[in-house]
Amino acid sequence: MSSSYLLRRTGYGLLLMLGVVVLNFLLIRLAPGDPAVVIAGEMGGATEEMLESIREEYGLNKPVLTQLAIYVGNVLQGNLGESFFFNQPVSKLIADRIGPTILLVITAQLMSIALGVFLGVIAARKPNGAMSAFVSVFATIGYAVPVFWTGIMLIILFASSFPIFPVEGMQSVKLRDAAWYVQTIDILHHLVLPAFTLAIIYLAQYARLSRASMLEVLGSDYIRTARAKGASEKSVLFKHALRNAALPILTVAGLQFGNLISGALLVETVFNWPGMGRLAFDSILRRDYPTIMGVLFFASAMVVIANILTDISYRWADPRLRGRS
Amino acid sequence: MKLMTRLMGAAAIAVGSLASTPAFAEGGTLVIASTQVPRHLNGAVQSGIATAVPSTQIFASPLRYDENWEPQPYLAKSWDISEDGLSVTLNLVDNATFHDGKPVTSEDVAFSIMTTKENHPFKSMFAPVESIETPDAHTAVIKLSQPHPALLLALSPALAPVLPKHVFGDGQDAKSHPANSAPVGSGPFMLDEFKAGEVIVLKKNPNFFLEGRPKLDEIIVRIIKDPSALLIAMENGEADIYPFMAGSQEIRRLEKADHLAITDQGYAAVGPINWLAFNTASEKLKDVRVRQAIAYATDRDFITKALHRGVSKQQRSPIIESSPFFDETIPAYDTDLDKAKALMAEAGYADGMDLTIDYIPGPKEQQQSVAEYLKSQLKKIGINLTVRAAPDFPTWAGRVGGHDFELTMDVVFNWGDPVIGVHRTYLSSNIRKGVIWSNTQQYANAKVDELLNAAAVEQDADKRKALYAEFQQIVAQDVPIYWINSLPYHTAYDKKLKNVPTGIWGTMHPMDMVEWSE
Repeated sequence: MSSSYLLRRTGYGLLLMLGVVVLNFLLIRLAPGDPAVVIAGEMGGATEEMLESIREEYGLNKPVLTQLAIYVGNVLQGNLGESFFFNQPVSKLIADRIGPTILLVITAQLMSIALGVFLGVIAARKPNGAMSAFVSVFATIGYAVPVFWTGIMLIILFASSFPIFPVEGMQSVKLRDAAWYVQTIDILHHLVLPAFTLAIIYLAQYARLSRASMLEVLGSDYIRTARAKGASEKSVLFKHALRNAALPILTVAGLQFGNLISGALLVETVFNWPGMGRLAFDSILRRDYPTIMGVLFFASAMVVIANILTDISYRWADPRLRGRS
Repeated sequence: MKLMTRLMGAAAIAVGSLASTPAFAEGGTLVIASTQVPRHLNGAVQSGIATAVPSTQIFASPLRYDENWEPQPYLAKSWDISEDGLSVTLNLVDNATFHDGKPVTSEDVAFSIMTTKENHPFKSMFAPVESIETPDAHTAVIKLSQPHPALLLALSPALAPVLPKHVFGDGQDAKSHPANSAPVGSGPFMLDEFKAGEVIVLKKNPNFFLEGRPKLDEIIVRIIKDPSALLIAMENGEADIYPFMAGSQEIRRLEKADHLAITDQGYAAVGPINWLAFNTASEKLKDVRVRQAIAYATDRDFITKALHRGVSKQQRSPIIESSPFFDETIPAYDTDLDKAKALMAEAGYADGMDLTIDYIPGPKEQQQSVAEYLKSQLKKIGINLTVRAAPDFPTWAGRVGGHDFELTMDVVFNWGDPVIGVHRTYLSSNIRKGVIWSNTQQYANAKVDELLNAAAVEQDADKRKALYAEFQQIVAQDVPIYWINSLPYHTAYDKKLKNVPTGIWGTMHPMDMVEWSE
C-alpha cells in the first residue's frame, strides 16, 4: 500500500470532518430555543440584563456566520470551546467520556463480529439445517428490534427480576477506593448488558452476512479441491473458506462503525453509561452548542479513522487490491 | 456462548461478594441518587435543587434553619437586628476555616453576600443590601436601604453560601468562575471529584468548625437520569437516599421495598406549586370571569386523587400551605360546572371558545396529564382546548417567556420567604418579556403591588402575615394563576440512616448530623 494513498485518504477524511463541522453548526442553530434562556432557566429565572450578558459572554449576539467563522477558526487551533451549560472546556468533558464510549463500542464490535461470524459459519455448514434456520430468524429479530427496547428488556430481566448485573453506570460508586483488579471486574460486570445490547443488532447482521458469504465460497472449486485432498472439515471451514469469505464482513464492519456509534448514543442513555453519546443527547436538549459540536466532531473523527483502518485491513486481507489505488 | 455466560456469572458473583463487605471505614458513605444535573456547585450564582444539594455540603453560611422555620447559629454564632431594621449585625464564630486552611472572616461574608446579590437570579433576596461593614475579622454589619424581613431566611445555606474571597475574588466573572466546578468552602464536606453530569464525590472535612461533625466519611451524589434505573438502584441498595421524588408510581413502588422508608417532610421552604397560568393580556383571557369559570370547572380533587394517585396535596394559594404566611380563608373554587357555565355566558362566551394550553416538558403526571385532563374537563363548559406539546424546555420557555401562550401548566417554587419566590409572579414591575418565571401572566393590579411592597419591609410578623393574607384574597379573586397542588416531593431513604434531613430545606441543608445506625 502506498503512503500517498494513505495520505489522500486522510486528506479526504479531514475535508469530510470540516464539512461535518459546518453542516452541524448550521443545522443545530435551526432548532428553536435560545441557549441563553436555557441557562437562565437553569439558574432559576433571570432579568433581561442577565440574558443579554449571557448572550454577550457566549458570543450568541453575533451573526451566525461570524459565529461559524470563529468556531471553525478555534477548531483548527484545537480549541473546541467551553460548554454553555457546565462552564467547562468541551475537551475536558469529552476526555472524561471518550474512554467509556470506545470501551463500549469496541467491545460491542468485537462481540458482534466474533459471535456473528461463528454463528454464520456454523449455519453455512448445513444451509438447510436447524442452526441455519435459527440464525436467519435470530438475524431478522435482532435487526428489527430497536436497541433501546432490547436494553430495557435486558435491564428488567437481568438487573431487576434476576439481579445478576448492575442496572446502570460503569462503576459501583461504593467500590471507588477498591483495588484495581476489583475495579476492573466491576467495570466488566457493568459492561456486559450495554455491550451485548449494542452488539445484538450487528451480531445478527454479521451472522447473516457470513452465512451467505460462506455459502458462496463453499461452492467454489478450491474448496472441493481442499476436501478432495482430505482436509478436515474444521480446516476447510475456518482456514480455507473463512479467509475468503471475510472480505465482505470486513467491509461491512468498517461501514457499520458509524452506526455503532449512533447506536451507542441510545445504549448509553438507557444504561446511564458515562460516555459521549449521553453527553450529546443531554446537550441537544440543553442547546449546549459547543458540546454538541465537540461530540459530533469526535464521533466523525472516529468514523473517519475506522474507515481508513478498514481500507488498510481490506488491502491487507486481499492481496489483489494492493496494487490498486 | 455458554462459557461466556458462565464467566459473566462468575464475575457477577465475585463483584457481588466484594460489594457486600463494607469497603469503607466507620462513618461510612452515603450515596444520594438524583435525576438532576447541576451546572456547577456554587449556589451563590445558581439557584435550583441540583446545585443546592452539594453546595450546602461544601459551603457553610451565616445561618441555618430548624424544622420550625427558626434561624439557628451556623457561621454566625449570634446576630442582631437594629431597632429601625436597617442594619443586621452578624457575630461570626472564630474557629471556622476554609477547606484550604485559611480562616473564614467577615471579609469573606461581605464578599459572598455582594457576589450573590450581583449574580444570583433571585434578585429580591439581597436587593435592599447597600453595603456590608467589617469592623473586625469576626463582625459583619449588613446595611439595608429598607427593612428586609426576608433577609434572615436568605442567609440559609441554600441561598447564601460563604465563598472564600481569596479564591473567588480574583476579578473573574463569578457566573463562569472556574472554581464553581472545583469549589473551596467551609462546610462539613470537601469536594473530592466532580464529573459533570455523572458524579459528585464529597469527603469529610476533618477541620469542620462544629465539634464532632460531620458523622459521615463521604457523600456521593450519583446522577441517574433515567427514573426507572434510579428506582432499581434504590431497590438494590446501590443508592441510599433519593430526594425530590415526585412521581406517584415511583413513590408507591419504593414504599414496597422493605429496607426503605419514605417521607414527604423536608420540602416546606422549597414550596413547589403545580399550577395553571393564564396569559391575562390575551384577548380571551383578559376577562376575569373566563379565568374564574376555568377555575370552577377544574376539579383539584380529581387531579390529586386520581391523576396523582393520592400522593399530592391540593394547593389553593400562591403561598405554599406549609408556610407560616398561608391564609386559610382563601376561596377554594370548589368544582361547580353550573357556576362556571354561567360565568362563561356573562363574559359573552355562552357558545364557548377555543383555547390552547402548553405545559412544561418534565414530570408528565404533574403537567401533561393535567393539561390533557383539562382538555376533556373544560369541554363541559364549552371550551375547546388544544394541548400544545413542546419537544423540550427551551421551546416551552421561549413560548411562555415570549408571552406567546394562552394557558400553561407550570411548576414554580416559593423558595422560603414570599419575597424570594412569590412576589416575582405577581408584581407588575416584574413583567419582563423573554424572561421565564417572571410575571409571564402579565398580571397587573396596583393594590397587589402595594401590598407586596409593604409586606417586603414590614418587620412585625403579624402585620406582615395580614398583608400577605389580603394579597392572597385578591389574587384568588383575580385568578392570574389557578394553583392546583403542591408537587408531591418525597424522600426515600435507607431505614438504617439516622437524622435524615427533613427540615424546611430538606437535603438542601448541611448533612453534618446524618449517620448510619450500625
